Amino acid sequence: MNVQTFTPQAFHRQAHDALGNPQIRSNFRRAMDGLMAKRRDAFGDWDIETLRDLGANIRLRALAKLPDLLEQLEANCQANGIRVHWAEDGEQACRIIRELCEARGARHVIKGKSMVSEEMHLNDHLEAAGIEALESDLGEYLVQLNEQTPSHIIMPAIHLNTEEISDVMHDRTGTERTIDVDYLTAAARAQLRERFMAADVGISGVNFAVAETGTLCLVENEGNGRMTTTVPPVHIAVTGIEKVVEHLRDVPPLYALLTRSATGQHVTTYFNMISGPRKPGERDGPEEVHLVLVDNGRSSIYQDNELLDTLRCIRCGACMNHCPVYTRVGGHTYGTTYPGPIGSILMPHLMGLEATKDLPSASSLCGACGEVCPVKIPIPDLLVRLRKEAVGEGRGNVEGAGVKRDRKEVLAWKGWQWLATHPGAWRAGAGVAGKFRFLSPSRLGPWTDYRTAPKPAATSLHAMVKQHRRKLEREDEK
Amino acid sequence: MTPIKLYPPKPDKVYFFGTCLIDMFYPQAGLDGIRLLEREGIEVLFPDDQTCCGQPAYTSGYHDEARAVAEAQLDLFPEPWPIIVPSGSCGGMMRTHYPQLFAGSSRSSQAEEVAGRIFELTEFLVHVCHVRLEDKGQPQRVAMHTSCSARREMGLAETGPGLLSQLTNVTLVEQVRASECCGFGGTFAVRHPEVSAAMVEDKTQAIESAGAEHFVTSDCGCLMNIGGRFERKRQDGQEGQVGGEHIASYLWRRTS
Amino acid sequence: MSARESILRRLRERADGTLPIPEADFSVVTGRGWSQEERLQRFEARISSVHGEVIHASTDEWVVALREMLQTKGVTRLGLGRDHPVASEARAALQATGIELVDAGRDIETWSREQFESLDAGLTSTRGGIAETGSLWLWPTPDEPRRLSLVPPLHIAVLDAEAIEDTFFDVVERHGWAGQMPTNALLISGPSKTADIEQTLAYGVHGPRELVVLIRH
Repeated sequence: MNVQTFTPQAFHRQAHDALGNPQIRSNFRRAMDGLMAKRRDAFGDWDIETLRDLGANIRLRALAKLPDLLEQLEANCQANGIRVHWAEDGEQACRIIRELCEARGARHVIKGKSMVSEEMHLNDHLEAAGIEALESDLGEYLVQLNEQTPSHIIMPAIHLNTEEISDVMHDRTGTERTIDVDYLTAAARAQLRERFMAADVGISGVNFAVAETGTLCLVENEGNGRMTTTVPPVHIAVTGIEKVVEHLRDVPPLYALLTRSATGQHVTTYFNMISGPRKPGERDGPEEVHLVLVDNGRSSIYQDNELLDTLRCIRCGACMNHCPVYTRVGGHTYGTTYPGPIGSILMPHLMGLEATKDLPSASSLCGACGEVCPVKIPIPDLLVRLRKEAVGEGRGNVEGAGVKRDRKEVLAWKGWQWLATHPGAWRAGAGVAGKFRFLSPSRLGPWTDYRTAPKPAATSLHAMVKQHRRKLEREDEK
Repeated sequence: MTPIKLYPPKPDKVYFFGTCLIDMFYPQAGLDGIRLLEREGIEVLFPDDQTCCGQPAYTSGYHDEARAVAEAQLDLFPEPWPIIVPSGSCGGMMRTHYPQLFAGSSRSSQAEEVAGRIFELTEFLVHVCHVRLEDKGQPQRVAMHTSCSARREMGLAETGPGLLSQLTNVTLVEQVRASECCGFGGTFAVRHPEVSAAMVEDKTQAIESAGAEHFVTSDCGCLMNIGGRFERKRQDGQEGQVGGEHIASYLWRRTS
Repeated sequence: MSARESILRRLRERADGTLPIPEADFSVVTGRGWSQEERLQRFEARISSVHGEVIHASTDEWVVALREMLQTKGVTRLGLGRDHPVASEARAALQATGIELVDAGRDIETWSREQFESLDAGLTSTRGGIAETGSLWLWPTPDEPRRLSLVPPLHIAVLDAEAIEDTFFDVVERHGWAGQMPTNALLISGPSKTADIEQTLAYGVHGPRELVVLIRH
């Protein structure tokens, strides 16, 4: 399989390629259909709206108190023996982690799943420093073997089918070619167990960081997260500053929403709550636990009352599972760490609108994402807000604001505005269009590559209503 | 979720906001909508100065232009009559986004007031008029495509199918992924034509393989998209393509 | 200015000002009102649906069921604690069975590879169960450390029927977790699994392939 680099700038070309790739199309369609059905079933006997309201309110409360909660989290983590580090951006976070590794003389790092570490390209950074970083989540491992990036935030290897995975494992690790998933899984288990034992440092993400108790919560099914945070002598957890929640009691509802929304599970196999390194007398667990709190654009999103809602996200991936665009083009097409609707409202803040200007428009605003979001992020409204910023009619507080403002397009909208605010001209225009409808083009750019061109009606509704009125009046006179 | 709406009793008069797509391309749907309302004994007022709700510019991010156009519509409905819109997306724009668009401005309370009187046509026929339809048409298998705005923004997944189910000779067929977007999305279809095309292709296949002889929709954007795709496939010589129309026309045609 | 200070300062000096604090109504995650029988049924149905195996036994004779199960599964090396009554009763009952009892309460550095490579099973107590999700809750101890429920291919968890409560929220609240969080608290709901290969479920990807819950009545 050839290595391919995806960028948000090349969204259109990547979408074209994905749409023309039947394998990608069927892999995603099948997976997303399955995930949608599972989610529907998992919420079957729940008062889902009440639960979503609760989830939204818990997240909003955490955001309202964010600076205080981060300080509280830090104080309680430190009291528990967890060392807390702060990073302004991904590069700083990478440096902090590399230095922690170097301080231990670490050569081998094993990683649990962490989208923040993807966001800051941690693996590349560590490898440049001569430290091997190996992914242990099966999907991440496969994607890493294939020299790719995840195509979904929960199911990183969802773009690959079993044959492709079998080929990758055969080529890179010498396993037999087979579509026996149990065999492939067992092979990965054996390969990775050695790596857990050899690892100097384990790096994980965090699903919820509890301020009240200084606890890091990790959600997973495989057990690689528990291995990563238990087996190596050092555990470094890395997370965005928005992942903090106030109370321990806030966790059960968010966890219930997360697993049901993500994969339609009532619960995951493991819910791992870490409140410190190994204490004296304890027999296993890491000697050191670190928490790296990463800003990387989040505090700037935080400034704006509307954009703030982006930070509610608990990274379940339901918005992409239900997105008709994501379902067809897959995750790589977006060319960003977070694909799909959440990526389209988050990445512009992380990368600027110049690089990501095609993402907010890559939605029909059908609303499916907002409908399933477990914490009720108004994703379609945020997409529109970013479109507004991109054309320079917003608040101008997103990097690259105005980058999409195009003179010709502005003129077109100004012309439309003039017509739509001059009803006489509007009616006359409709009349003219109707009269000369035989002149209307049969080709209208890309629209008519797939559809026929709409023809202006011979009579506008305005005119038809007039005729209708006259007819009614005549009938009244009779 | 749309909050549960309390519906008023049937009024003597309503305003009709025809929408720009209907005005230009599908006027018959507008007229049929008006006639359905008149048949319920309601006088329908059609403000002559209406143009467009402003949605195309709004969803494209051109909010200054959208606001100017929306503002011109706000004054068209001075009396407290309900405003009927034969489109979920224009209805959703006026009900949900007008208040947002004018928040904090001198037009704010007027926008809120107008938004509170917006009803989508099928919603109004079902929940306010409580229409009873008598089917005079031939047996037909029909697929309904409810627009995403009607379904999600306005919470009206049931009203269109509900009306069709009153037609005794009509069999409403079930499509796979009925709630999925057809790929129109206003300027989305122009900005991301290939993705949009993949979506509408799937939608036409779903309608066709459901065994539909005809499809109806409550939004002319979807109609232009799905209908345009079917027609194009017919022109390209593919057989078995399905014709479609706005639900107002279909209901009027079969019951008048 | 340190990163910490500048991040906190940006958050505190928020452009759009302070945010309202919404109320949260937790009633949806509590108040199930299930009887003990319903709790047990739900627990069993849920954990069975994710490949957990449930064995019922009486509180007096549970070790007999344990012994039979170990023999059926061909376990020859069992890791377990010493101090917890579950471990000590199991040790007593398994004396002359030929099953090697491996002391889990040792510093992991002395037997890490051994634990990875030669244990057939790990036996642990549990603090309780959660009916709604079919979950066990464990707070690992020096006697029954964290890896005992993770590394061996079979995890046997002993659960008392009356220790099953309705929801995770109920457990956190009633047992005052927030005031006494251990180094590691765990919910376990079935054996290790993955669906990362084309959404096909496979068990035992990293943790145990099998989970047996021995419920004592």
